[in-house]
Amino acid sequence: MKYGIVIVSHSFEIAEGVKKLISQAAPDLSITTAGGTDDNEIGSSLEKIQKAVDDNTGDEILAFYDLGSSKMNLEMLMEMTDKKIHKYDVALVEGAYTAATLAEVESPLATIETNLEPLKIK
Amino acid sequence: MELNLADTKKWIELFVEKVEDNTSELNELDTAIGDGDHGSNMARGMAAVTDALAKKEPSDLAELYKTVAFAMIQKVGGASGPLYGTAFLDMSKKVKETTDLAELVQVGCDGLKRRGQSDVGMKTMIDVWQPVAESLKSDNFSKSIVENALNATKDMVATKGRASYLEEKSKGHLDPGSQSSAYLFEALLEVLGE
Repeated sequence: MKYGIVIVSHSFEIAEGVKKLISQAAPDLSITTAGGTDDNEIGSSLEKIQKAVDDNTGDEILAFYDLGSSKMNLEMLMEMTDKKIHKYDVALVEGAYTAATLAEVESPLATIETNLEPLKIK
Repeated sequence: MELNLADTKKWIELFVEKVEDNTSELNELDTAIGDGDHGSNMARGMAAVTDALAKKEPSDLAELYKTVAFAMIQKVGGASGPLYGTAFLDMSKKVKETTDLAELVQVGCDGLKRRGQSDVGMKTMIDVWQPVAESLKSDNFSKSIVENALNATKDMVATKGRASYLEEKSKGHLDPGSQSSAYLFEALLEVLGE
């Protein structure tokens, strides 16, 4: 599919939980996660984000994150990878859910982004 | 002012030592206005730096800075990982053009600003890095420059990072990232013999 979704969270469980939630709305979408540190403690891991991006089968990535270092590690990876990543500064759960629902029915990026706009919180 | 490969390595080793000696102090500072793990996170990064340097002796300055950057990016876990990581990574690129310390520290500081989308006066590491970069440029880098920059963070209200949630209550505490950055530049002073 055109778009895949990557969830980056400080918590392994949050990342997995969001994936589980949005998979219901978007069963055909490639959704990969990077939650917590390498030891699944609270924090973020560039290596996990890299893997989530590499494993994602979408041509382009729609990326959602929660707190500070998730964002910074995500931005760091965006400087290092050739894959096209769109990062959204929106509420994690609502944003990922909205994007997943729309990407599942192959909505264009402009439509997805219009719907994400009111969810911008950071 | 510049440092050769051996002295730069000594600088990093002294930084590692200072962070490891002061891990609990860094945690305490971070408990006051953050999530209490800056010391533990930095110590984890420092252990990774030591491992990486032991595994492969860097053959030039670019490789040394890059090794430090990657160790911190991969192992720190908190925001200081990508922040210090970006600073050292940008320095590893810049050092191919110039070995001037003033320029290197400024490039590192610009990396912090870009990664953290922040600037001076927000009670972050930048409040130590920027004055240090400027003092290196004007050739008056000293212990008091580092101390004054660090102490100035005490009365600042945080507008970036986790401490910013505390607003006015962030006042009266030193910024933990500024404290670890102060260790970095105190280590540099020691290598420079000042």
